[in-house]
Amino acid sequence: MPHIRLRNLRIAYASEEALHGINVDIPDGQITVVIGPSGCGKTTLLKSLNRLLDLYEEVRVQGEVLIDGVNIYDPKADVLALRKKVGFLPQRPYPLPMSIYDNTAFGPRIHGMNGAQILQQVEDLQKNGLVAGLPPPGERLAARANSNAEMDLLVEYYLRLAGLWDEVKDRLHTPASKLSVGQQQRLALARALAVEPDVILADEPTSALDPISAKLIEKQFQLLKRRYTIVVVTHILRQARRIADYVIFLYLGELVEHGPAQQVLGSPLDERTRAYVSGEIS
Amino acid sequence: MRWRKCEEAIFKVLMVLSLGLVLACLAGIVIVVVARGAAALNWQLLTQTPKGGYYLGKEGGIANAIVGSFWLALGATLLSLLLSLPLAFALQREYTKQRTAGVTRMVLDVLWGTPSIVFGAFGFVLMQYLRMRASLLGGILTLTLVMLPIMTRAMDEVIRMVPLELKEISYAAGATTIETTLAVVFRQALPGIITAVMLAFGRGIGDAASILFTAGYTDYLPRSLLDPVASLPLAIFFQISTPIREVQQRAYAAALVLLIIVLVVSLGSRLLSRRFSRHILR
Amino acid sequence: MAPRPAVQAIGERHRNWRRIQDRLAAGWMRLAVASVNSIALLVGLGLLFKSWPILAQNSLVHLLVSSDWHPMKGSFGFYAFIIGTLEVTAIAMLLAVPVCILSAIYLSEYAPSHIRELVGPVIDLLAGIPSVVYGLWGVIVVVPAVRALGKALGVATTGYSLLSGGIILAIMVFPIIISVSAEVLHAVPWEARETALALGATRWETVKHVVLRSGLRGILAAIVLGFARASGETMAVLMVVGNVAKVPSSLFAPAYPLPALIANNYGEMMSIPLYDSALLLAALVLLLVIAALNLAARLTLRQIERGYEQ
Repeated sequence: MPHIRLRNLRIAYASEEALHGINVDIPDGQITVVIGPSGCGKTTLLKSLNRLLDLYEEVRVQGEVLIDGVNIYDPKADVLALRKKVGFLPQRPYPLPMSIYDNTAFGPRIHGMNGAQILQQVEDLQKNGLVAGLPPPGERLAARANSNAEMDLLVEYYLRLAGLWDEVKDRLHTPASKLSVGQQQRLALARALAVEPDVILADEPTSALDPISAKLIEKQFQLLKRRYTIVVVTHILRQARRIADYVIFLYLGELVEHGPAQQVLGSPLDERTRAYVSGEIS
Repeated sequence: MRWRKCEEAIFKVLMVLSLGLVLACLAGIVIVVVARGAAALNWQLLTQTPKGGYYLGKEGGIANAIVGSFWLALGATLLSLLLSLPLAFALQREYTKQRTAGVTRMVLDVLWGTPSIVFGAFGFVLMQYLRMRASLLGGILTLTLVMLPIMTRAMDEVIRMVPLELKEISYAAGATTIETTLAVVFRQALPGIITAVMLAFGRGIGDAASILFTAGYTDYLPRSLLDPVASLPLAIFFQISTPIREVQQRAYAAALVLLIIVLVVSLGSRLLSRRFSRHILR
Repeated sequence: MAPRPAVQAIGERHRNWRRIQDRLAAGWMRLAVASVNSIALLVGLGLLFKSWPILAQNSLVHLLVSSDWHPMKGSFGFYAFIIGTLEVTAIAMLLAVPVCILSAIYLSEYAPSHIRELVGPVIDLLAGIPSVVYGLWGVIVVVPAVRALGKALGVATTGYSLLSGGIILAIMVFPIIISVSAEVLHAVPWEARETALALGATRWETVKHVVLRSGLRGILAAIVLGFARASGETMAVLMVVGNVAKVPSSLFAPAYPLPALIANNYGEMMSIPLYDSALLLAALVLLLVIAALNLAARLTLRQIERGYEQ
């Protein structure tokens, strides 16, 4: 059963309505891509899934967003737990003003994970074959004397998972701001993954990157979709064609069409979808 | 055409002359103070307090004023910091509606522009009401009134520059507002915060009008918060008005000491803030 | 989908603890905001309260317009001091404004970036020099200079005069007028300049017709800020201006601005009836006028800033 369902989601900024009654189920274990012309509500939709819209004073949200059956907009909902479950990759990959190590460890530290929990998480990663070719975590811990051993291990695992480890393993404690933009985005990925979310949201994750870094990120997404539900917003149709399993097309705040990628991108049902996909409107 | 170029040339000369005048004034002030002050400066002057007959030109020094000024400025800086930092953080959109924040910023602007003599007069009135005598404590409290708007305004400026997208990343990871403020905003704004504190310290140590009524003056080093305390600005002010040459010389020396302190604080703030900007994003 | 670790079920208690911390912190912040606003209110009300006695006995208009200042006889006319403040500030502005605007234009439009970076901290340094040090310098340099000038012009003066006060104040307001003006000019969008230059205007003409025109309001605000700063300045002026309670008869005559009045007489405040009330009324008037000037200027500057953001 899909993790995320949107029921009649209406979002308004001040007096203008940005999203008009969205109803859709986002499938589990697939890459869902949200496409549409700019300013049509794609980012708003994305940010509504982890309640990042709460930060904006003038926003009003109506309707329901159900994650695992629970409406996240219920006044009693646990926003902190929600944001642990739903990770976020922003468009501009700002690194937090700390070292690479601290960036990656940020989430786990905030949520107060202790050594045992970290160890369990890392072992789980290893078991699921996501980080290949390393000795079992337990063994590696025994080999290290220092008290941060578990966190060191976690940082390494998630940097590997994001495809960044080899490039930064010698300078973990240097400022993250010195990384290139492509590296920063991979660091953002590691940071988002480190709290073991169920869902990863990505807002135009490669728009600020050079083609090589963009390719790397897309490759990691393909690898990660086995274990996480991924929702990507993009305005690059070619990217959608490359990575999407499921497509949602938003036009002027309305959910025009959604479905398996082949169908929506190859033989769309709606005229507007066809026009956008063929490049007539952008 | 020639007239147009000519006009430009004339104004360029005027502009450079104007700027030159400004710089020359600064140079003039520093040179005169250094020249007169250096002539009178010696080790005894710095380390001794006034002995008998000091004000008639005999033995003693301005140690009472130097120590007194430091205690006053330090106390006021700490007290200010206690209110300024939370206040500057509180002006973020997460804590205060931007309209209320606007009003508070206006209040701060008014306090910033208020002449320190007004704070001095108010401090005096308050101390009368509370039956406090002119003392270190009175001086600290009044000086805090002067420093608070300076410190807060400078801090507010840097804290506002921390991009919302950066804070969003922290919130998206599941951090609470205070966690984000401390781990991200504070870190990113730290160089500016340090500059703000030292700026306020520099202004406070040189202020005379606010402590004129409230700190008193004494020949002794302060032994408790309730003792009156000497200060460099007042030492200068009182000693310049006597006709006795030796005493006037001491005023110049005190002015030099004060100038050096302000210079050191200014340079020190630049160095310190650079030291703490290792991790920040530019 | 591979099974997930049970880690997420744990941690609810920790999250609640973090939420409590968050709420406590928010409370502390709101307290800080309330405190500052209260302090401001307290200062205003306190001064008003203490000024009341003298306002009860004399009309405000009379106090402002009469130049009869004899506290011991119970007559408090502030006219001489008000004129003193206005005149010394006006002289300071006359001297400072042309110099500052020209400097600001140079820094914003003509100076290469290394000069701008060098001059910035230097001007900050000027702003950081304590008032008494300016006063000291005034006594050593400016007062004798004015005395000499007077002699050259055939005017007998001790040097402690309106002119000396004006000169010192002018130098003291250089930093604020220059820095705010330079910022305002710098903020004028590049496109505006491009348009003029593309039409064949010289740099100077661009400045004259485009930049200055757009920046006019901001520069006026900068001048008002300078004026407010100068009129509230106490120690430096006090040391060079002569402090005689008469309307100054000329530039070379002594003056007695309001802040100096307050600073000089607090000692005798308590011994003469109504004297303290009079001085605190002076402080209140200063506060209100300067606050109004500052607010007007700052609001204008914020408006301009917001205008550019759109």
